[in-house]
Amino acid sequence: MHDRSAHAAQPGVPTSFLRKHVFSLDHKVIGKQYYALALVAAVVGMVLSWLMRIHLGWGSFAIPGLHLLSSTGAPGDVMTPEYYLQLMTMHGTIMVFFVLTTAPFAAFGNFFLPIQTGAEDMPFPHFNMMSFWVTFVAFVVMVAAFFVPDGPTLGGWTQYAPLSAVGAVGGPGQGLGVVLWAASIGIFCIGQLLGSLNFITTTLDMRCKGMSLMRLPLSAWGWFITSIMGLTAFAVLMPACILLILDHVAGTSFFVPSNLVINGQILPHSGGSTLLWQHLFWFFGHPEVYIAIVPGMGIVSHILITNMRRPMLSHRVLIYSMGALAVLSYMVYGHHMFVSGMNPVSAIAFSFPTLVITIPSTIVVLIWLGSLYGSKLRINSASLFALGFISMFISGGVSGFFLAQPSLDIMLHATYFVVGHFHLVMGVAAMFGIFAGTYFWFPKMTGRMMNETLGKAHFILSFIGAYCVFMPFHYLGMAGNVRRYQAFTDDYLIPLIPVHKFITVSAILTGLAQLIFVYNLIYSRFQGPRAPNDNPWEGTSLEWSTATPPPHNNFGDQMPVVYHDPYQYSVEGASADYILQTSPEKLTNPQEEK
Amino acid sequence: MATTVPEPPKIDLEPLPSDGSGKGGWGNLVPAGGELRRVKPSSPPPASTGIWVGLAAITMTFAAFTSALIVRQGASPDWQHFPLPPILYLDSLVIIASSLTLEIARRQIARFMVAEKTRAAAPARWLSITLCLGLLFVAGQTFAWLQLRSAGFGLASNISYSFFYVLTVAHATHLLGGLGGLVRVLGKLNHSVLRRSTLEATSLYWHFMGALWLYLLLLLWMKL
Repeated sequence: MHDRSAHAAQPGVPTSFLRKHVFSLDHKVIGKQYYALALVAAVVGMVLSWLMRIHLGWGSFAIPGLHLLSSTGAPGDVMTPEYYLQLMTMHGTIMVFFVLTTAPFAAFGNFFLPIQTGAEDMPFPHFNMMSFWVTFVAFVVMVAAFFVPDGPTLGGWTQYAPLSAVGAVGGPGQGLGVVLWAASIGIFCIGQLLGSLNFITTTLDMRCKGMSLMRLPLSAWGWFITSIMGLTAFAVLMPACILLILDHVAGTSFFVPSNLVINGQILPHSGGSTLLWQHLFWFFGHPEVYIAIVPGMGIVSHILITNMRRPMLSHRVLIYSMGALAVLSYMVYGHHMFVSGMNPVSAIAFSFPTLVITIPSTIVVLIWLGSLYGSKLRINSASLFALGFISMFISGGVSGFFLAQPSLDIMLHATYFVVGHFHLVMGVAAMFGIFAGTYFWFPKMTGRMMNETLGKAHFILSFIGAYCVFMPFHYLGMAGNVRRYQAFTDDYLIPLIPVHKFITVSAILTGLAQLIFVYNLIYSRFQGPRAPNDNPWEGTSLEWSTATPPPHNNFGDQMPVVYHDPYQYSVEGASADYILQTSPEKLTNPQEEK
Repeated sequence: MATTVPEPPKIDLEPLPSDGSGKGGWGNLVPAGGELRRVKPSSPPPASTGIWVGLAAITMTFAAFTSALIVRQGASPDWQHFPLPPILYLDSLVIIASSLTLEIARRQIARFMVAEKTRAAAPARWLSITLCLGLLFVAGQTFAWLQLRSAGFGLASNISYSFFYVLTVAHATHLLGGLGGLVRVLGKLNHSVLRRSTLEATSLYWHFMGALWLYLLLLLWMKL
């Protein structure tokens, strides 16, 4: 017998402005709040990257107004080397945490997971609301670092010890900047844990009648698998941040070794292990990159199936592969530490599962490609960005094979080869997944359609632009171009500066092309043509069987009953080329999962 | 509030099924042409799953602290061994006792459910005793911290003390959450409806805090 706690926990329809739009318990509003936060963070992160790229191409260029952001970091509007590193750190941190973890998982997942499972809401709506506002506070704390006297931390988003732990003596931003960074990330962890709690319990306990786990759409599986990773990975990052803060404010020596001399002064700490930070961070850090990409895999699979009008070659294998990625992600983290000074035998221990993890990744890609082959894919903005996701994932993923070999990684570690790899496979691919999800679900969220012409223009410019920006990174890396350098003065780097200039111009143009998307998003929200019906894409999953936008309790008076697997498209003998999951139509020739 | 008229506290028994969410896919799957597959009629209440999810996260957090301790101890010879403040052993008895009193409270409530007992005061009293024991535990921890600090062994005095404070403070922080849960259960028992899933989730969390303390005591005793 089921517990009515889900019903008893459901609030009535809110009436006040604050309850409806600010401190809302409705998962749909929370999802939109996360989306807005991710959008703002993406703009901030992108602008930071522009500042970095301009400095890399034209080192002595005075960027107008930069002194307003930091008078000490940019005297006369020319960036100091330290300020470059500070901008780089904040770019990475904001993008990885507040865009790539937030948008595909928290934004779309919060909006659509309860609907796709057939639930009225998440089971713990107060925790859900808290998760967003805690994440928001984390973002404010992170951005606040720009406004403290020394500026934000300059240690990279990875914050390696001992630089991150020694305090202000380590350079500008290494005092309060690091504390704010660690506090922000610690707060972010709490928000993610609360969110993951809701996602897991929704998937396991809140499914409607007839909705077995295998009948969940692939996007729901992506969010479910990601939430399990999020729960376990962020629970490790939080203690690491606590220990880092203590090294700063309490004089402990978790990470600072003995006899460290900086700027002529010997530090009072002793005995700390710098490698300990790397182990703690990367144990979180590698699952984190899968947290960034697995929701996109689910979303893209869902979108492609709807537009191909047929299911994937194997629904079950796709789910198992995403699960395998999640499990293996905990075993590979040492591949970020091949040259860290850890025992070289460990390198073999981490290299082997890193190569093994390419197997489920390849299976996923081959299932996509094999399913696309011979299909009549409907071309629209959503399906184009879904194809772009696959392209970026393959391009970025292939360079991972090389980095997985410790012998090659000795040469490639800390070069632009790595930067190109993760930007393509995680950054751009996940962004394309976010765009695909936006174009696809915009009609359901708002009741209006986005402009298709603008969407296609956005796709073409972004696709070409992203390759122009990130493909040359691999060449730069192989040529020996070290990452996290603010200027290239060595004689083997000077010939590469024209490549950097090309990349900078491409980056700025590609970034400007995103204005097309922002305009399309905002304009269509208010003035876009109304969606022709509740199911403009003729989809089968539960979100397409409810009103547009969905009512407060998602399904109105009658909760859905599910009769079919999620992707009954083009079934012989059926009344239409798609069968809603809630349709009681009996299929004589089903493509049911067994 | 059930104080003047002896009546069992209102406990939300397994309610009748409705068409709401939470049917959990455990209902009979409608056949697509095959035969009906019979499975469990409903899903567990969300609080029951949610508490295990929460405990998994807390376990990972303390696993991270444990691995940090082990790695850090092996990294440098500056580890200073010290005897644990004796009050911690007394505290351990206190937290074990609190788990026992919580179990007594749960059994009292179960007897109300089947109307074996009619006095409402007993389960509330045992829950209050549990709460008091929890507060006593936190007081004991605080005494241990103050005792060490007054002897000159603060957070940064040595890495072994750093880990001692970090682990015990982290545990006490989570225990305060458990105390909040107990207060909530008491409030619902006395003033409104207490769901079985709420009571069981809170109890599980409390017992986990006890088990976690015993694990930490063993770890600290072995390593410090």
